Amino acid sequence: MTTAKTKFPATAERMPPQAAGVSPLRSAFARRLGLTALGWAIACLIFFPIFWMVLTGFKTESAAIADPSLIFSPTLESYIAVQERAGYFKFAMNSVVVAFGSTLAALLIAIPSAYSMAFLPTRRTKGTLLWMLSTKMLPPVGVLVPIYLLFRDVGLLDTRTGLTIVYTLMNLPIVVWMLYTFFKDLPKDILEAGRMDGASTLQEVCFLLLPLTLPGIASTGLLSVILSWNEAFWSLNLTSSKAAPLTAYIASFSSPEGLFWAKLSAASTMAIAPILVFGWLTQKQMVRGLTFGAVK
Amino acid sequence: MATLQLDRVTKSFGDTHVIQGVDLEVDDKEFVVFVGPSGCGKSTLLRMIAGLESATSGDILIDGQRMNDIGPADRGLAMVFQSYALYPHMTVEDNMGFSLRLAGVDKPARREKVREAARILQLEPLLDRKPKALSGGQRQRVAIGRAIVRNPGIFLFDEPLSNLDAALRVQMRIELARLHEELDATMIYVTHDQIEAMTMADKIVVLQGGVVEQVGSPMELYHHPCNRFVAGFIGSPKMNFLPVQVVEADADGVGVRLPGGDVTRVPVAGEKLSPGTPLELGIRPEHLVLDEAQGPLSGEIQVLERLGGQTSLYVRMDDAMVTLMADGDIAHCVHDTVRFGFESHRAHLFDAEGLALPSLEKHPLAGLRRQDNRVASDANGA
Repeated sequence: MTTAKTKFPATAERMPPQAAGVSPLRSAFARRLGLTALGWAIACLIFFPIFWMVLTGFKTESAAIADPSLIFSPTLESYIAVQERAGYFKFAMNSVVVAFGSTLAALLIAIPSAYSMAFLPTRRTKGTLLWMLSTKMLPPVGVLVPIYLLFRDVGLLDTRTGLTIVYTLMNLPIVVWMLYTFFKDLPKDILEAGRMDGASTLQEVCFLLLPLTLPGIASTGLLSVILSWNEAFWSLNLTSSKAAPLTAYIASFSSPEGLFWAKLSAASTMAIAPILVFGWLTQKQMVRGLTFGAVK
Repeated sequence: MATLQLDRVTKSFGDTHVIQGVDLEVDDKEFVVFVGPSGCGKSTLLRMIAGLESATSGDILIDGQRMNDIGPADRGLAMVFQSYALYPHMTVEDNMGFSLRLAGVDKPARREKVREAARILQLEPLLDRKPKALSGGQRQRVAIGRAIVRNPGIFLFDEPLSNLDAALRVQMRIELARLHEELDATMIYVTHDQIEAMTMADKIVVLQGGVVEQVGSPMELYHHPCNRFVAGFIGSPKMNFLPVQVVEADADGVGVRLPGGDVTRVPVAGEKLSPGTPLELGIRPEHLVLDEAQGPLSGEIQVLERLGGQTSLYVRMDDAMVTLMADGDIAHCVHDTVRFGFESHRAHLFDAEGLALPSLEKHPLAGLRRQDNRVASDANGA
């Protein structure tokens, strides 16, 4: 073509890779290959300790401290030993009750709060939200003594109720914050249309707000369950036997027995297995919720 | 069915006074349009009538009953939102029947009412669809259907056509006018589009800065704008304004000197004006006529837009730009110098504050309402 002297760049100028003789398709493929490899490498690095722990759980105690090797004869010995010494299901039940109970309680408190912050904001809303988040920056140990004494006096030590209360309070800032962002994304007009149609505030929330922000609420709830499940500081300090969840169960294998790697690994594997499966099953929902509103 | 009165209604957000003392009467079955530039408070005023915003002071009366403290659902109103605000998780049928469901109407009765509204709006084939699967115009109709189902005394429309493309907007405009007739309800309609206001309204309320500038029928606003703002806002293309000076003033009108030096006598009341007073003369583009022989005004054509039937000329005069609507067949070119003039009774005069000097004669169509149009056309049909 001889029209290169137009106002617009000629074809060759507009497509430098082609002009340089490198296929743009091939360079894009190489880029994707590199990124994929990097992604896998990071994923493997993160997953490796968990993989190693699961593996160690199936080794004998002596094999566990011997040379790190991928080849060994698997045994359920540690699992049996662990189960014999402490009932897994009692701890697991505590974890389930406390994690789901605290999540439910947090949602019940957070939904109305986030509603009022998102749809009826005042001058102080932003400040309140930041203050709530700032409480997450305080080291929990800073309030351990007062909470411990309080719990002792009202008889909440080593109770599921007590742990549920602590977890609810622990997750509330994050839950309110997340719900607030999801609610804020909902066009106000829809709720106003509901109000024009005669919906009370409760009906507005139940018939419109909740169904429309369900993905966000679900991912918030899932996050709260996972955070509660994995929490160890409060469970170790506030429970001993009756209400101890799985985190306390793992810990009980580390201290008194010294370094029994295989048993510790078996206990840990059993403790994380339910939440891992749960997370696996709900990951689609999680991702959908966490990116909810970002893409519309 | 329903009347509305606003009595010194104000609204302030902190120190910002959005609505500054609005008085208004809307008669039964009237189609009233609030029009004004963005930020003039028209949507806020509508939301106050709806009950979605509270009034800072003043009274809102529907059918003579004070509604300030009554919730939006109990005012006997229905609103159509600019964004349609359909419930995305419900089907068209559930969207339209939601108010009835909340009111505890049983399913068969609900179904019947929804079907009836769907029939009026030709939505029957779409009842099972979700809003996502509808086009803009269909969503708009569902939003209107949701309002119809409530059988309100007053319909409120908040810029309902602004999200539609031009062709659909014209179609919906006609449909809304038809609905107004079929439903026989009072309608209040907010828009920034003066063509919508002119074509649909029985009564236009022009708002600016939270103040009502003028209330009147479309033809009254067009022929007798009470100030420079209304004169410029109503009518498209915009009215031209030229600086003039009073030469003489008496009971028959005011003589003013035009930019070219000619004197013209405008039939408006301004006896007390002294010669030399500066005024502004307003003349609509469609009232300026090319007159190569005797036109008192002249200028150079800067831009020429041929629309086929009409041609818009943008003419530069010594100290003003004027727009002129001329015949589609004129042979002029850009940079031609043209002479033009106007019939003096078409002109408006505005004083230094921008207030119009009242016309000595009312335009015969100034009192015409949209219903009168209908009566006239019915008579023609018969």
